[in-house]
Amino acid sequence: MNQNNQGKPFIYFDNAATTKTAPEVVEAILPYYTEFYGNPSSIYTLANESRKAVTLARDTIANAIGAEANEIYFTAGGSEADNWAIIATAEAYQTKGKHIITSAIEHHAVLTTCEFLEKKGYEVTYLKTDEYGLINLEELEHAIRKDTILISIMFANNEIGTIQPILQIGEIAKAHGVLFHTDAVQAFGQIPISVDEMKIDMLSASGHKLNGPKGVGFLYIRKGVKSRSFIHGGQQERGRRAGTENVPGIVGMGVATKRALSIMDLKIKREIELRDYMIQKIEKEIPFSRLNGHREQRLPNNVNFGFEFVEGESLLIKLDMEGICASSGSACTSGSLDPSHVLLAIGLPHEKAHGSLRLTLSEENTIEEIDYTVDKIKVILEYLRNMSPLYEDYKKKNS
Amino acid sequence: MYSEKVMDHFSNPRNMGEIENASGVGTVGNAKCGDIMRMYLDIDEAGLIQDVKFKTFGCGAAVATSSMATELVKGKTVQEALLITNKAVTEALDGLPPVKVHCSLLAEEAIHAALWDYAEKNGLEIEGLSKPKTDIHDGEEEETYE
Repeated sequence: MNQNNQGKPFIYFDNAATTKTAPEVVEAILPYYTEFYGNPSSIYTLANESRKAVTLARDTIANAIGAEANEIYFTAGGSEADNWAIIATAEAYQTKGKHIITSAIEHHAVLTTCEFLEKKGYEVTYLKTDEYGLINLEELEHAIRKDTILISIMFANNEIGTIQPILQIGEIAKAHGVLFHTDAVQAFGQIPISVDEMKIDMLSASGHKLNGPKGVGFLYIRKGVKSRSFIHGGQQERGRRAGTENVPGIVGMGVATKRALSIMDLKIKREIELRDYMIQKIEKEIPFSRLNGHREQRLPNNVNFGFEFVEGESLLIKLDMEGICASSGSACTSGSLDPSHVLLAIGLPHEKAHGSLRLTLSEENTIEEIDYTVDKIKVILEYLRNMSPLYEDYKKKNS
Repeated sequence: MYSEKVMDHFSNPRNMGEIENASGVGTVGNAKCGDIMRMYLDIDEAGLIQDVKFKTFGCGAAVATSSMATELVKGKTVQEALLITNKAVTEALDGLPPVKVHCSLLAEEAIHAALWDYAEKNGLEIEGLSKPKTDIHDGEEEETYE
């Protein structure tokens, strides 16, 4: 098992939060700080290298989703791409209408942006999901109106890993002449995506979820889709996104994308193996636990459980003491008093939403690490349940 | 994020457990906000708090404030215990992150609720003590997973 510098186990199960930057990514980035630091907009020879590198990364990324290079716009990350896609579309198509459809379990980069637009006079329909986090396609079709300009549904959920029926959503959007944006931050580089096959008009992604650098992402905008400039002040990114290109970040994202594509099949196979092993082990060995999310329509690396009678943050601190990095949908980890909107949307009552644990794997994790972690979870849960007045009440009621 | 004291009380909580036939038991908080604290007091005939235990469902700060509150209460008279404020609990823990200050309020409420229960059981009236809120389950009755 991996160890930290004090010789204690170190296990990283939070790959949906961010990933370790791959060594070949770091290696590829460095020369763009030390040698080829030229501004791609400059005229002299030094800048050629930066320009070439950005072009190469753009080609790689476009290929990865079956797009054209001039449909890829680099941003500072997934959140910017989501904001841009939604706000710019809303502005560009407001003469057609002011209605947007999204889902209740989107990332806050989408939800909060929609709420922002509601204050500006737009109407937003938030589709409910079933208990597994899947939207209902009939409800989607039913929600489309004459003035609907955009459907924004995430490719896969960051908390519970549920993968939406993107192909069918794309078909519905196309049939009704409505633009389709998908937040693919958790899916890009993890599972196959084809913008043409899936009839996606806009797609957001982020570099650091696929072993690339932080602070870089992109928005795919299909040719012909009207979009306004989101950051003003320069001709970069075909005049749509001003600001000197983050050349090292873009290079890193390109290399990370190439790497992700080359290992995708094996990675998916390995992660599903590990994921299902962990899910089965927890279900078998830990009482009062429940898998959150869909069993099959699920990201290969996502495990999310609700553990009754305990609160997530306490569980996370205890796991950290054992060298295990994970995350939770409890209020305390969100910095507010409300637990995860995703867990509430799939119908969990508050106390169960507070007791959730998300473990997101990578292909580098091992069975040994999973065994160690599940054993620790068991011990910690027993300890926390003994401390819990809710468990005490439950035992008294059922004794 | 947490002070060393908070981490210490979270890792090694003092007085965690139950007291059978306690003189007073108080449960505060609600599952909605994710913190429930229960405090047990053992109070002798002279009105001295001889023993105290707690059980808490909540985050690191909730556990630590419960633990610290029991330490502050132990050996005090009922009147002295009533004067323990959330500020005193927070200060004793070398502070809490702003978003966690409500946990210390819960600790203060838990002491009051246990004292109220004690007063009711014994037909006493304790000056300055009012009836605690009782909303811990927030009206929802839920099935368990198994």
